[in-house]
Amino acid sequence: MAEQRTFLPTKPETLIDGDKRKLHGLRAEEVFSIVGAAAGAIATTALLFGWFTPLTGGIGFIVVSYILFILFYVMLTSFNGEIEEIKDRVISVLLYSAGTILLGSLLFVVTFTLIRGAPALPHLNFFSQTMEFAGPLDGLDIGGIIHAIVGTLIQISIALLITIPLGITTAVFLNEIGGSFARFVRTISDAMTALPSIVAGLFIFSALIRTGVLQKSGLAAALAISVMMLPIIIRASDVVLRLVPGNLREASYALGSTRWRTVWSVVLPTSRSGLVTAVILGTARGIGETSPVLLTSGITSVMNTDPTKDPMISLPLQVFTFIKSPEPNFIARGFGTAAVLLLVVLVLFAIARVVGGKGPGQLSTRQRARVLQQSRLDEYRMTLRKELQNNLNPSPRKKKSDVK
Amino acid sequence: MSERNGVPVGTVVIADQAPDRNNSKQADSPRAFEPGQSFSDQIFRFLARSAGGTTVAIMLAVGLFLSFNGSQAISSAGVNFLTEQAWQPQAHKFGIAAVLAGTVTIALIALSVSFPLAFGTSLLISEVLPDRLKAIVIPIVDLMAAVPSVIFGLWGVFFLQANVIPVSQFISTYFAWIPFLAVTDAQGNHLTEQSAYTSSAFIAGIVVGLMVVPTQTSVMREAFSQAPIGEREGALALGATRWGMIRAVVLPFGRGGIIGGTMLGLGRALGETIAVYMIISPIFTINTQILQSGTNSVSSLIALRYGESTPFGLSALMAAGLVLFLITMVINFTASSIVARSRSGADT
Repeated sequence: MAEQRTFLPTKPETLIDGDKRKLHGLRAEEVFSIVGAAAGAIATTALLFGWFTPLTGGIGFIVVSYILFILFYVMLTSFNGEIEEIKDRVISVLLYSAGTILLGSLLFVVTFTLIRGAPALPHLNFFSQTMEFAGPLDGLDIGGIIHAIVGTLIQISIALLITIPLGITTAVFLNEIGGSFARFVRTISDAMTALPSIVAGLFIFSALIRTGVLQKSGLAAALAISVMMLPIIIRASDVVLRLVPGNLREASYALGSTRWRTVWSVVLPTSRSGLVTAVILGTARGIGETSPVLLTSGITSVMNTDPTKDPMISLPLQVFTFIKSPEPNFIARGFGTAAVLLLVVLVLFAIARVVGGKGPGQLSTRQRARVLQQSRLDEYRMTLRKELQNNLNPSPRKKKSDVK
Repeated sequence: MSERNGVPVGTVVIADQAPDRNNSKQADSPRAFEPGQSFSDQIFRFLARSAGGTTVAIMLAVGLFLSFNGSQAISSAGVNFLTEQAWQPQAHKFGIAAVLAGTVTIALIALSVSFPLAFGTSLLISEVLPDRLKAIVIPIVDLMAAVPSVIFGLWGVFFLQANVIPVSQFISTYFAWIPFLAVTDAQGNHLTEQSAYTSSAFIAGIVVGLMVVPTQTSVMREAFSQAPIGEREGALALGATRWGMIRAVVLPFGRGGIIGGTMLGLGRALGETIAVYMIISPIFTINTQILQSGTNSVSSLIALRYGESTPFGLSALMAAGLVLFLITMVINFTASSIVARSRSGADT
């Protein structure tokens, strides 16, 4: 009997390597049918609009050619596809259209604001003057929105002073202490996320302003914004704190630390980037709120840095006030203010993306270097202390080990 | 429990018998399992608990204040509060029939604009796009949730109104046989002039729809991406096309996300104020012709009338706000419970 051994199969000479199969991307035929259907649809629509029917208008043209495009595309794919394949292709086209329409219109809203706002932005006085001495017919080189910028900064700072400590401590309470009362708090704050912003404004207006506790002022507006922002920050921080791995907490408890120490030195540092993101996103929402401010802050065209009395306008409310005027220059200023507001929100959002977007405990290179440095320092400190103790009161056991 | 060498697994065998050594001492008492709280912990607990208490107090204050003041107006108006269309609190003749109908109309139009867009985009992101594009599209959609509503309002007033009017005119001319798409005056004559179309619920609905798409998209996308990979590959291995796989696996798993996300968007659409306020021209009758100028919403009513109100008028406004709040709260809770239940193994 011949010896049986394992052997590697050798490649037969006759076998020819085929082309590598393409798993991604479009086949030439698919590209042709898309391009063909699009060309056919546009040509047919042009014919319809130009010659045969009294149809007019840009939007109508787009709608009709889109419908025709889908029809032609179904026809073209049906030449060499089965019903399931046709469905798949058409659905893919529909999904891409939905995405394109959405992204297109959202980007359009942003660029529309920025472009219409562009005439007002190059004037430096737009950022350094108030509207105090600018009459309705004055050009863009007089008057500005510095009072609204300052107002927004003051209002959002007060709101953040209230919401950051309160919101994050509440989120810590929900996660680290728990219990039936925490469940109740969570339910209530979830319910509050449904509070329409105008109703929050109405609450401050009727509870504090109409009763004479506060004037229409920056403080009242900041309180209204806080009522809106608090549930947002609680909810976002709650989600972030929940992501802190349990074994980190347990390790801390196992080392004998107290609850407070665990929260301060383990839970909060681990989730710092997420908490910052939560706060920034809450700030972006708070800065853009118009309706609660409309009821509570009052409208003014002069600078006011005292939040406790007299009206104090903010950026979104300034936009709203400008564009109610029929004067073209006021509308241009309104768009300029909207562009500034939008840029502020975009910058905040970009910062949030840079800071967040990392899981808890994920460190950047520099952070990791800093942590390493810190632990080297700790090691050095501990050895130093041990040596110092040994020198001060050498114990018999230590002596023994010294001998060894 | 299995045994190894006659000793149950899990038992720690101590070679050096302990009792010999401890004979001299007293028997160990069991260690207290829960040590008493340290001073810093007591302070921490107290602070955390009082923060939670403060949050609840603020929010209950809002709720109770609204319901207390609102109930005065409601009890004075009685059932009429739900059926009356006019808003004249001075004459004790007020109700939310017209404003609530307007709010719901705008929100429904917003949903019919936003649902297809959100549904399509979330499927596109989770199923079709390659990872590189995904990383670009997701932040853009999220960013849009942060764009202030006054900016959407600006766009609606200065761009959309002018461009939607021809479309409205076209629809109302050729589809007038569908009752709510007709635009007629009191005598039933078809209106063609532009001013009849400028500030309609239709235009406000489109703008609000665009504002709520990002919320809906992110909820749906998350639900879709949680469809299990095993079932997906199973469907594909059985020869399903991508759409076949989506229909058989992704959509059934994501149903909770679809319903919940849509409802969350509805909640936001109902409460939207400033964009609607900028676009519509307020009227106090129920307008069933959605393309015709003139509609109203609860939040615009508040923005419109808060300044001129007497104390009673203010509590009437609060009653309207309370009704709106209750509706959005019920919708939000239902939505989040649907989303939470569809997520298997998730604890809230």
